Amino acid sequence: MMDEIMEMFSYPFIVRAVVVGVMVSLCASLLGVNLVLKRYANIGDGLSHVGFGALSIALSLNALPAMTKYFRIEPLPFTIVMVVLLAFLILRISENSKINSDSAIALVSTASFTIGVMFISMTTGMNTDVCNTLFGTILAMSKRDVYLSVVLSAVVLFLYIFFYHKIFAITFDENFARATGIRVNIYNMLLALLTAFTIVLGMRIMGSLLISSIVVIPALSSMRLFKTYKLVIVSSAVLSVVCFLVGITISYMNKTPTGASVVAVNLTVFFLVSATAYFKRSILR
Amino acid sequence: MALVCCENLTIGYEGVPVVGNLGFQIEPGDCLYIVGENGSGKSTLVKTILGLMKAIGGTITFDESVNRFGIGYLPQINNNQKNFPASVLEVVLSGCLNKKGLTPTFNKADKELVATNLEKLNILDLRNKCFAELSGGQKRRVLLARALCSMEKLLILDEPLAGLDPKAQMEFYKTLEDLNEKERMTIVVVSHDLQNALKYGKHVLHLAGDVTFWGGVAEYKNNALGAYFSGGVRYDG
Ligand SMILES: Nc1ncnc2c1ncn2[C@@H]1O[C@H](COP(=O)(O)OP(=O)(O)O)[C@@H](O)[C@H]1O
Ligand SMILES: [Mg+2]
Repeated sequence: MMDEIMEMFSYPFIVRAVVVGVMVSLCASLLGVNLVLKRYANIGDGLSHVGFGALSIALSLNALPAMTKYFRIEPLPFTIVMVVLLAFLILRISENSKINSDSAIALVSTASFTIGVMFISMTTGMNTDVCNTLFGTILAMSKRDVYLSVVLSAVVLFLYIFFYHKIFAITFDENFARATGIRVNIYNMLLALLTAFTIVLGMRIMGSLLISSIVVIPALSSMRLFKTYKLVIVSSAVLSVVCFLVGITISYMNKTPTGASVVAVNLTVFFLVSATAYFKRSILR
Repeated sequence: MALVCCENLTIGYEGVPVVGNLGFQIEPGDCLYIVGENGSGKSTLVKTILGLMKAIGGTITFDESVNRFGIGYLPQINNNQKNFPASVLEVVLSGCLNKKGLTPTFNKADKELVATNLEKLNILDLRNKCFAELSGGQKRRVLLARALCSMEKLLILDEPLAGLDPKAQMEFYKTLEDLNEKERMTIVVVSHDLQNALKYGKHVLHLAGDVTFWGGVAEYKNNALGAYFSGGVRYDG
């Protein structure tokens, strides 16, 4: 077993995937606590659909013969910009009109997904690129992508920690925060921005269908384990990183898809934690 | 000079008025009870004063001393916090945030302020408990402590007594009275309970559709609206 793990880390592409995966797992699990508590967990799923749309547009345009000759869209930066823009759009729609946030997310995400599918069918058709976008692959990361991902996730972590108390305040009680002069809208935008970054960065490895689960599940498990905000945050981060490392190792050894393996480990932990909590309660009764 | 002065104030949602032509003032050291039936616009008025929503018409003027950071707020209880993982300390500390600007951490002074306010409200022993697992009365005290951390002068409480048993209600009234008399805080309380409002308040603002009343407690008892709403009830003193 030890040998296999050593061997696994001798592949540079796996090391790259592990580095990016750990950073993204950290970001996703921290933000996940706030999104779940704000009842905004859907935004992760919605943005991953937007990510799919944007990535598909970039990949299918790049596949056109006319395009390759003159210029190429860099898939990762293009997707980041699009997802950030649409994250703000979702916030604006749900703040300023009668459409609530759930519906705003559904509207924007299905629209983006549709556009993505249209682009694919008019250009390359269903190919491995599309599959990789949906289900993720650890091969997707170029060296440039790794640098960009590491820098961006470091920025996300820094901003999250720097604004930790303010993010707590707007999560616990938005009205009180606003009444006492905290710029709630700005921090909501910050949260959406950080989520957008995290979703896009994680999407390549985890797949756009599965990325939102690493936002939600570690937070849910931790909320069953701990009762104070700080402990929930720390536990969510730890669980998420551990589950990712275990998941990617399992995927290497059994040749299972990385995203699905990581999610399976997360789900197992969630199940164990819930069962323990349940038995503890019934014994105490 | 009044801390808050409302003139010709019309409040409501999306241009549809709930209450119109309100005129009243909140003087320093006042204890104002806002009463009225469910849906009469009490919370709407509170949110408008706090700047959470815009007035449809009229003006609200604040005394300089009530800058934006001078109003402490205890919101109507909301169910979002039902399973929220947070300790009492974390909740009350968040009341200190509005004075911190961009500083990312709390300092010793903030923690002392929190301890003082917990002590003042007799809940220092709850500080490491989970907020969501407290009783209704304890939760209200914790949120009051948070409000005290954020304010300097003026405290607005939206139905702080709803859902409390009679004993907890009495204790809460006493606490508010102490804050008003001993700490010289200006207090605005939204309440359903007219009798205790008349017992503990100095002024009353009664919202009832087109008719509103604002004035001293004694005046209210003699007023036609007051007589109508408190009809048949006897007051001691
Ligand atoms: N978000 C809202 N949008 C539109 N109307 C609202 C909203 N909130 C409350 N209202 C209406 O405004 C009126 C006053 O509500 P509110 O101020 O909450 O009453 P109170 O606090 O006195 O019970 C009610 O008729 C209510 O239906
Ligand atoms: Mg109300």
